[in-house]
Amino acid sequence: MRTIFFIVRKEFRQVFRNRSMLPMIFVMPIIQLLILANATTFEIKNVNFGVLDLDRSPLSTRLASKFEASPHFTRTDYPQSQKDAEEGILKDRSKLTIVIPKNFERDLIKENKAEVQFLINAIDGGAAGIIAAYSQSIVRDFNIDEGMNLINVITPVQSSTVQVSYLHWYNPELDYITFMVPGILVLLVTFIGMFLSSMSVVKEKEIGTIEQINVTPIKKYEFIIGKLTPFFIIALFELTFGLFIAKLIFDIPFNGSLTLIFFFAAVYLVAVLSVGLVISTFADTQQQAMFISWFILVIFLLMSGLFTPIQSMPMWAQRITWFNPIAYFIDAMRMVLLKGSGFSDISKHFLIMTIYSTVVTAYAVFRYKKVN
Amino acid sequence: MYSIEVKNIDKSYQKVQALKDISLNVNKGEIFGLIGPDGAGKTTLFRILTTLLLKDSGSATVEGFDVEKDYKAIRKIIGYMPGRFSLYQDLSVEENLKFFATVFDTTVEDNYELIRDIYVQIEPFRKRRAGQLSGGMKQKLALCCALIHQPKVLFLDEPTTGVDPVSRHEFWEMLKKLKTKGITILVSTPYMDEAALCDRIALIQRGRIMRIDTLENIVSAFTGHLYAVRSNDMSRLNFDLKEFEGITSAYIFGEFIHADVKNCPDGNKLLSYLEARDHKDIKIFPVHPSIEDCFMELMNKEENK
Repeated sequence: MRTIFFIVRKEFRQVFRNRSMLPMIFVMPIIQLLILANATTFEIKNVNFGVLDLDRSPLSTRLASKFEASPHFTRTDYPQSQKDAEEGILKDRSKLTIVIPKNFERDLIKENKAEVQFLINAIDGGAAGIIAAYSQSIVRDFNIDEGMNLINVITPVQSSTVQVSYLHWYNPELDYITFMVPGILVLLVTFIGMFLSSMSVVKEKEIGTIEQINVTPIKKYEFIIGKLTPFFIIALFELTFGLFIAKLIFDIPFNGSLTLIFFFAAVYLVAVLSVGLVISTFADTQQQAMFISWFILVIFLLMSGLFTPIQSMPMWAQRITWFNPIAYFIDAMRMVLLKGSGFSDISKHFLIMTIYSTVVTAYAVFRYKKVN
Repeated sequence: MYSIEVKNIDKSYQKVQALKDISLNVNKGEIFGLIGPDGAGKTTLFRILTTLLLKDSGSATVEGFDVEKDYKAIRKIIGYMPGRFSLYQDLSVEENLKFFATVFDTTVEDNYELIRDIYVQIEPFRKRRAGQLSGGMKQKLALCCALIHQPKVLFLDEPTTGVDPVSRHEFWEMLKKLKTKGITILVSTPYMDEAALCDRIALIQRGRIMRIDTLENIVSAFTGHLYAVRSNDMSRLNFDLKEFEGITSAYIFGEFIHADVKNCPDGNKLLSYLEARDHKDIKIFPVHPSIEDCFMELMNKEENK
């Protein structure tokens, strides 16, 4: 025990003597939270759009102005022909061009249906989907409004309409910040855990100090625990600091128990630190450790459900996420913070994480050898 | 009982055989030098004896403990200074020393007596980070750290490589003092002149030990006749000497070429040979073999085997 304490003390000294360390611990969470939380939103505003109105009727004008009235769209293009409209997309004058065909009004009134074409720039597939969804909802509104008007005039467009209204639970305003911040906190903790722990062990190899350590009576477990404890503490501190900012600046709801969050974080960190240790047994230099960590983190991160929902992934990809610790922690974090889930609600997460930690730690200790 | 006992050790890295059938015994309280060029296998042998590397075959003990079975016991009683400076560069002199003391469950104060002579020289810099010390200072600190738990055996892997002559001299003075305290010292060096400072030496080349003896015995066992030769055209001289009948070796040694010749008690035969080959300003005189000459002779014998 005494030896572990001395290794931890030595490690802390080294950590705080590293000039890039303090900024990393304090500045990184602030920047990540402030920038990422505000930047990562699926809401799109001010989409440039154009209308090719071949009908030039009161109804077609009303449809166009309905788009103009939406906060999501700004009219920037006024094409005069189909070719012109396509060119507008090509030259990036607009992301969306609405083509209203001839006889739009006549067809709508007479045959109760008419067609409208949307040309959407789908280079950014995600954005295109959102623009399409916005457009459809505007057209739906238009149908309802005009249908009401038309009932009195000639024939109803839609004789009956089912109105759907949504109530978003746990995040009533569908606020992306509320949704993102817990995930970003997980990211922070993971970064510290995986990067720093793997690099710190590899550094001993790279500089050669491991030779000196290996000929001492320090036991394998003492060295590993001594090496990883500081990063465990720093990561938990980071989480505290991040939660503090989340509350102070973004007013994220803390519906569940913070103790539960920290308890989960502790189990999670054991897993992440062990992944870092495994990486360090494969790498000989800090650079290699960085690249391996980065490779693993990018996969974990993109498949974590932070940016794209796991449910929308193909089944085989969803199966991969079963082995992604980040996915569990993000899910648990959102459940506890936003929904106020208790221990029993996330007990499955806990169980999986505990198994995960145990297996990875065992593998890491097995891989780490003092003798070649 | 010997302090270090090595019997028939072999070690290969993938395809390269680093050590071939190495055997040696080091007495207690002896300064034993392992002398050989880079790549001879010195570090490999050190790493096996310090329990960092597993041998392929053979056996080795340190203070009676087997290097594989009793590695835990060995780690408590040895001090190791790797060839590369391997203390924490971002910790201060004092912090490094204290750290290694605590790791061995002891304190600097308890062992101050042993390291005092060395430590006083670096004490003025005790607050300085180890990475900012000069080469000689680093060696002294590393030696202090290796001694802080009063080891019975000290392993020094090329401790003086890259250190200035004055510091080298001081370093060997320190080793002599440590010897008086009964510490066994196994030291490796590529510098032949340091062989004179060891009690016994092993000449090692390409993973094989060529000879183990005292310096005097090795030098007196020199079998050939050694001449220092010089002429106006040194590069051609070197070439011509190698063609001379009965030559064992010829290699440049300062401003002379040392020629080791069999059955040639005086230099006249050599002189007339060189004159016949058109050399001018020829200078030939017999010299006493140095450890380097012995090394070259043994090396040639090994190769001609």
